[in-house]
Amino acid sequence: MDVYKVLVVEDSPTMRQLIVFALKRIRGLRIIEANDGVDGLKKLSSDTFDLILTDINMPIMDGLKLVSMVRNNPKYKEVPIVVITTEGAVEDRERALALGANEYITKPIQTTQILDAVKRLLSL
Amino acid sequence: MSRSSDDNNNISSRGEEFLQIFKKGADFTHELLKENERLRYRMLKLEESIALPDDDEADVSHEAMQLRLKIEELEKEKEEILGRVRKVEEENEDFANRYVEIEEENNMLANLYIASFQLHSTLDFKEVLQIILEIVINLIGAEEFGVLLLDEKTNKLEPVASEGVSTSALPSIPVGQGIIGEATESGENYFIDSMTGYQRDFEKPLVCIPLKIKEHVIGVVVIYKLLVQKDEFNSVDYELFTLLAGHAATAVFSSRLYSDSERKLSTIQGFIDLLTK
Repeated sequence: MDVYKVLVVEDSPTMRQLIVFALKRIRGLRIIEANDGVDGLKKLSSDTFDLILTDINMPIMDGLKLVSMVRNNPKYKEVPIVVITTEGAVEDRERALALGANEYITKPIQTTQILDAVKRLLSL
Repeated sequence: MSRSSDDNNNISSRGEEFLQIFKKGADFTHELLKENERLRYRMLKLEESIALPDDDEADVSHEAMQLRLKIEELEKEKEEILGRVRKVEEENEDFANRYVEIEEENNMLANLYIASFQLHSTLDFKEVLQIILEIVINLIGAEEFGVLLLDEKTNKLEPVASEGVSTSALPSIPVGQGIIGEATESGENYFIDSMTGYQRDFEKPLVCIPLKIKEHVIGVVVIYKLLVQKDEFNSVDYELFTLLAGHAATAVFSSRLYSDSERKLSTIQGFIDLLTK
């Protein structure tokens, strides 16, 4: 069975746990956690990932900056990115998608929405 | 003399003619009888041939009857099978709906498990408050809300944490006063009747959830505004509020108790150090 590596970038430990716990229900995923955008970039440079899930509002480096940097990196140009955020305004969604995010999911967290997006993007 | 012989000849020839005609009549009659016999025979044959199809018809009608019965039986069977198919389809739909419900419930329980796990993962009071804020944002979808805890000396609810609004802007509320005070006194959750046209009022929140340990209320979570994408509460939210209130209450209570005992311990330690020096 193929193993897909997923990076979860989220500053809130509770939220991160919720996402990781949900993702563990999909077989064949290896989940790596990062506390913020900078931590996420560090992990991206030292490893290879098949999917990135990120929050927007984070200290040090926010999720949109991370999306933009990932898209400018040839190694991760094609890697799907899922943004999970409290920002529900249309302009926020458009901005994230314009920067290169593939999916934009708003909180409160709905596990099925996250699982569906991950399965679809990884063709599982 | 010759005239009488001519007459005799004439009479004999006419007699012969008559005999000839009589013979012909007899032949004709004979022929008629023969024809009659032949026709009667023919009629008999025809009657026989007509009588035979009667039996065939009986056979055919019997077969048709059997086929009709068979058709009726098959029709019944078809109806029964269609009925069963309909029942299976209904059951399938029920199962699909039930699956979605169970999936939702499963998700809610998983979320609640993580939430309670996080709440009880620390004895640091501030950290517990931070976890409560995260849970209310991420699981409930609130944008502006606060946590008020009961000061048993003054019997007032005092704001200790908030999101979207300043904690200092939240009022102290005496138990029994207004919506928040009454919810604290009764221990019952409060939900506004209609969210449309709601204007933020710190003493009249959208939602007020008492944090209870058994029947003892130690504080409340008050919500003033939901995230833009969340326009109403669903059934899962109500369950989540109730279950969360219990876990948050014990986490707050035990962390506060721990903080107090730590503080007392360091004070006593200070005294002991002072006395023993």
